[in-house]
Amino acid sequence: MLKLILRRLAQMMLIMVAVSLILFGVFDSPKFKRQLAVNELGGFAVQTLSPADYQAWLERKGLNVPFAERYWKWLTGIARGDFGRSFQKSADVGPLLGRALLNTGKLALCVFVIMIPLALVTGVMAGIREGSFQDRSISFLAVLFTSIPEIATAIFLTVIFALWLGWFPAKSRGDGLEFLVLPALTLVLYDFGYVARLTRASVAEVMQSQYVRTAILKGLPYRRVVIRHVLRNALIAPFTVIVLQLNWILSGVVVVEVFFQYNGFGKLLLDAALFGDLYVVQAATLAAVLVAVLSQLISDIGYVLLNPRIRFG
Amino acid sequence: MSAIAEPLPSPPVPVLARLARPRFALALLLLIWVPLVAYVMFGRELGPYRSYVLIPAIPAALLLYAVAARTWRESTIAVAGLTLVFFWILLAVSAPYLPLLDPNKPVAPFVTPFTERNGIFFWLGTDMRGRDLLARTIWGCQRVLVWGITATAAAYLVGTMLGLIAGYRGGWRDEVVSFVGNVLLSFPVMVLFILILNYLGQSGFNIVIAVTFSSAPAIMRIVRGLALDVKSRDYIHAAQVRGERPLRIMLVELLPNVRGPLIVDACLRLGYTTVAITTLTFLGLGLQPPDPDWGLMIKEASTTALVFKFSYMLVVPALSVSSLILGFNLMADGLREMSLRD
Repeated sequence: MLKLILRRLAQMMLIMVAVSLILFGVFDSPKFKRQLAVNELGGFAVQTLSPADYQAWLERKGLNVPFAERYWKWLTGIARGDFGRSFQKSADVGPLLGRALLNTGKLALCVFVIMIPLALVTGVMAGIREGSFQDRSISFLAVLFTSIPEIATAIFLTVIFALWLGWFPAKSRGDGLEFLVLPALTLVLYDFGYVARLTRASVAEVMQSQYVRTAILKGLPYRRVVIRHVLRNALIAPFTVIVLQLNWILSGVVVVEVFFQYNGFGKLLLDAALFGDLYVVQAATLAAVLVAVLSQLISDIGYVLLNPRIRFG
Repeated sequence: MSAIAEPLPSPPVPVLARLARPRFALALLLLIWVPLVAYVMFGRELGPYRSYVLIPAIPAALLLYAVAARTWRESTIAVAGLTLVFFWILLAVSAPYLPLLDPNKPVAPFVTPFTERNGIFFWLGTDMRGRDLLARTIWGCQRVLVWGITATAAAYLVGTMLGLIAGYRGGWRDEVVSFVGNVLLSFPVMVLFILILNYLGQSGFNIVIAVTFSSAPAIMRIVRGLALDVKSRDYIHAAQVRGERPLRIMLVELLPNVRGPLIVDACLRLGYTTVAITTLTFLGLGLQPPDPDWGLMIKEASTTALVFKFSYMLVVPALSVSSLILGFNLMADGLREMSLRD
């Protein structure tokens, strides 16, 4: 177990170094430096700039340093908790990213609080009566909602609840729970179908096993068979997948945040990438990769802990 | 009188059933895809022939639909998905021959659906610049389908080759391919898209590259797993003993035997790619204006049409993209169900 964790952590470090090197390499290209200059000074100003002035500008921004030296400076900076400075917003990256992650965290919390019970209950309801009307209607709804991309769900919800009924604001610029409802609901609707389908498949598989048949035949009450014998075995797979959804939300959140103008992680990342704001992109991507790898690790450990059959495997 | 009875005549095989062979389906698919690609990507080079290129694709699409619907007739879900997808493919293929208004020409702004203005009946209304939404939806569907299918095909080509090499050859090749795949997979998808499109510039071809980078690792993993599973079967050993070359074994012996799960995954991935293309255009990263595209329609309308009366400008492209993806997903679902049944 400890060996597994250590190996995964080492792998994680390797991947993060590779990712940061790739990002640095991409943004170190003359093309991106030029783009940054255009965004900061304006396209016309850059065109009229003499090469010497351009070099001076690069010098002032600290972009003229050789690749290896810049990377090393950035890496040692991180060790001290200094993530660099944002060119676009003239602020330190650390607090900027912290605030964005907090906002997205609030959103993700809402999503999980609604999505997990909804997906598990519908999935179990479909799985315990495989092939019934109940199962087929739930399965169909799950496919339907997973098929509607976030951007379309966001549109439908906005049109119905913001523009028609006027219950919630169409744009989520602000604090307060009412701004979170539509973005969170969009993510829930897209995501719950996947988890529900997985739960259904897992429950249906366990329902067909020998020990469930035995439990039913020996006369245990149906409710007790479902709760004690089926669910304990069937919910292992959904658990591991739910943890992995955290990773998905960090990526899927870009569209939703841009559509609803919510100031979170995804919007920060997109804005920074379009601007060529290297240090923000760097820190945000590494945060996302960290979440991805950690959630995978947690999901793996959870799987081992929950499933005694592979504990010594 | 001869003692030998006349041999019983074999029951007639319906034409559609005789055509239901993978090779024939692939040929039809190419007959649809190649003209579409030529029309959309190389339209300028075609010159005066441009208006004729798509004609053979229309009967091909109809025939392919008939053959596929017959082959999959056991699964209602698969046929329903197929119908949705082919509805859009047929519209995409016949777009130049339909009596549509110019999708880029302003006619009359803010006309709501099902109303008449200036003697023209607008089924889906017009957008804020007065361009016909019906024409924009159909032409947009053509672009989404062409780039979506092309990008998925490219991702499959790369992912399958790498997966076969990693799974069948193993060793250091597997280590290298798997590590690169893991690095690419640990990027959030959107970051990868943004980085690649920002670096290479924004165009359809670069979308193909970006989708390849983001999807190929996942495809590689699936193919690698399947190859590992199949690799120790007897027919592979037989081929090895016969002295067949590894490339031939991978492509001729291995790949056709794992095509079932791959086709299901391809249907799902076509859906993902369509979402990705629409989303990227919405974020301002994909195909460039003014040519119609669903993501672009959403982007333009989301800033100007936030009133209930004009929300049809948002709803029309949203419904279009949802129905196309629903089609792909239902197809994948039906196929998976059928493969589990046998």
